[in-house]
Amino acid sequence: MTATLDIAPDSAPVDLQGKGQPLVDKTFRWILFLCLAVGIIFLAVLLTYVTIKGWPRLTPTLWENMPSLRRPERAGAQSAITGTLWVIGFTALFALPVGFLGAVYMEEYANPASRFTRFVEINIQNLAAVPSIVYGILGLAIFARALALGQTVITAGLTLALLVLPVIIVSTREALRAVPQNIRHGSLALGATLWQTTWRQTMPAAVPGMATGTILALSRAIGEAAPLLLLGAVTFISFNPTGPFSAYTTLPIQIFNWTKESREEFQILASATIVLLLVILLAMNAVAILIRNRTQKRW
Amino acid sequence: MSTALAESAAGGLNPLRQTRPRHGEKVIRVILFAAAAVSILTTFGIVISVLIPSLEFFAEIPVTEFLFTTTWTPLFANPQYGVLPLIMGTLVITFIAVLIAIPLGLGSAIYLSEYAKPRARKVLKPTLEVLAGIPTVVFGFFALDFITEFVLKPIFPGIQVFNALSAGIVMGIMIIPTIASLSEDAMAAVPGGLRDGAYALGATKRQTALRVVVPAALSGIVAAFVLGISRAIGETMIVTVAAGLQPNMTLNPLEGMQTMTSYIAAAGAGDVATGSIEYKSIFAVGLLLFVITFFMNMISIRLVRKYRQAYQ
Repeated sequence: MTATLDIAPDSAPVDLQGKGQPLVDKTFRWILFLCLAVGIIFLAVLLTYVTIKGWPRLTPTLWENMPSLRRPERAGAQSAITGTLWVIGFTALFALPVGFLGAVYMEEYANPASRFTRFVEINIQNLAAVPSIVYGILGLAIFARALALGQTVITAGLTLALLVLPVIIVSTREALRAVPQNIRHGSLALGATLWQTTWRQTMPAAVPGMATGTILALSRAIGEAAPLLLLGAVTFISFNPTGPFSAYTTLPIQIFNWTKESREEFQILASATIVLLLVILLAMNAVAILIRNRTQKRW
Repeated sequence: MSTALAESAAGGLNPLRQTRPRHGEKVIRVILFAAAAVSILTTFGIVISVLIPSLEFFAEIPVTEFLFTTTWTPLFANPQYGVLPLIMGTLVITFIAVLIAIPLGLGSAIYLSEYAKPRARKVLKPTLEVLAGIPTVVFGFFALDFITEFVLKPIFPGIQVFNALSAGIVMGIMIIPTIASLSEDAMAAVPGGLRDGAYALGATKRQTALRVVVPAALSGIVAAFVLGISRAIGETMIVTVAAGLQPNMTLNPLEGMQTMTSYIAAAGAGDVATGSIEYKSIFAVGLLLFVITFFMNMISIRLVRKYRQAYQ
């Protein structure tokens, strides 16, 4: 009796667990495992399929040449690669400062009990789940038309910045929350102001978490295509952007354009470009995980 | 973070407060506040940008005609704007996605939360989450080029090249991580004592999982479902690439159909003259989409708060 009481639930099968119907229980466990396996197998098949299909075109021509609708066998994705870099650069430029500062306000300054703070919180949660195409409508109506920025790199950057802002705010807040209160109290007790404490103590301690969240948010922006469909990225572009007010295309949009072409060469080209895009995203994710593992602090 | 900090910053009755006025601190506070307010401006901007052209649209097309008639032909000489075929397409594809994602997502969550050993969990969970990081245009390509061609065609020889089934299946797989990780969070929040109690009464692991943990985490699990469905309704690229762009008032998943999102994408990507009724229809459909997903998101947010309050 006393011996069985301190057995943890995980090792419970020994004595405490009822015999039940062993076969049913075993089957149940296998069914659950299969549920998980379906997603993972799907992922594996997808990655294998695009790699094998795109393999013949995974050559330097893919990033050295410009897109072409007449010669798929020599077409590349250079303008899409540079376009992606330009757009993401502007996305980061707008989204990072606003996201970091907004998160600092919510976490360090705002009174958590106030109605306004709770309203902002719910608002951010909702924005995170608004369909990305709706952000495209926002970008079209406000940035492209009302502010007359047109269908340019800067419109795309601003729109994607708003799209990823909730992700950056949420992850930055989590990173700030993980910094122990003692650090803030110590700094305040020495006479530092709230901003000095935040800027010199809390934020530096939260940098790894902020970096991880930021990279994941930007990798989401890199893969995003739907809002850009409304913002002029589908036009055939065979030149690199020259500045913030230049026309542009991006990798996901280039993939989309190629999937619409019926010739098989274009499908192969699309596969190769998908592999390129996924490699970029996986590399970014790997960096994020590396930062998280390297800098995990024990307080 | 804490009221104590906020108060000491504001001065309050703290005997240790600074004597020299710090104007910079106030400026910084305003800047930070402005940054946080951008999120509210965003919501405001979304509402304004869908609402104004929609109102102009409804001045020409009555709301009842928009919502309750069944012909969507904006490109015809005599265009008709009955949105039901688009809603039908959205519902059929979302239904297929949900049929796949709910059992698989919940099963994955129960396995990860109740069965997997910590070491296995550490590998399986991030792997599943990679799925959530794949760009949706890639899923669309895969649905069209692989699922339709090599999986569905052999089973249904009469299937159309663009069809709802392939889009629905792939979309279902896409939202598994959303449902699995939110459900798992909810199950992790169920106190261990409830499980111990069930074991003490002689329940098996399966009985504990299904009759104690899942019911106790139900509001969080339902929140995960609702958010997953909202995701499916708002997803654009998979349906644009794989389900075709033909409005189709049918329940047959082997045919192509257009959804609300793929209409917005197709019309917005084409050359539509600003100010034309067709241009405004993009915003009317956008308004409908925003309202539907907004309500679903609110339900989900409410439910999550409920379980957080119950167990924390």
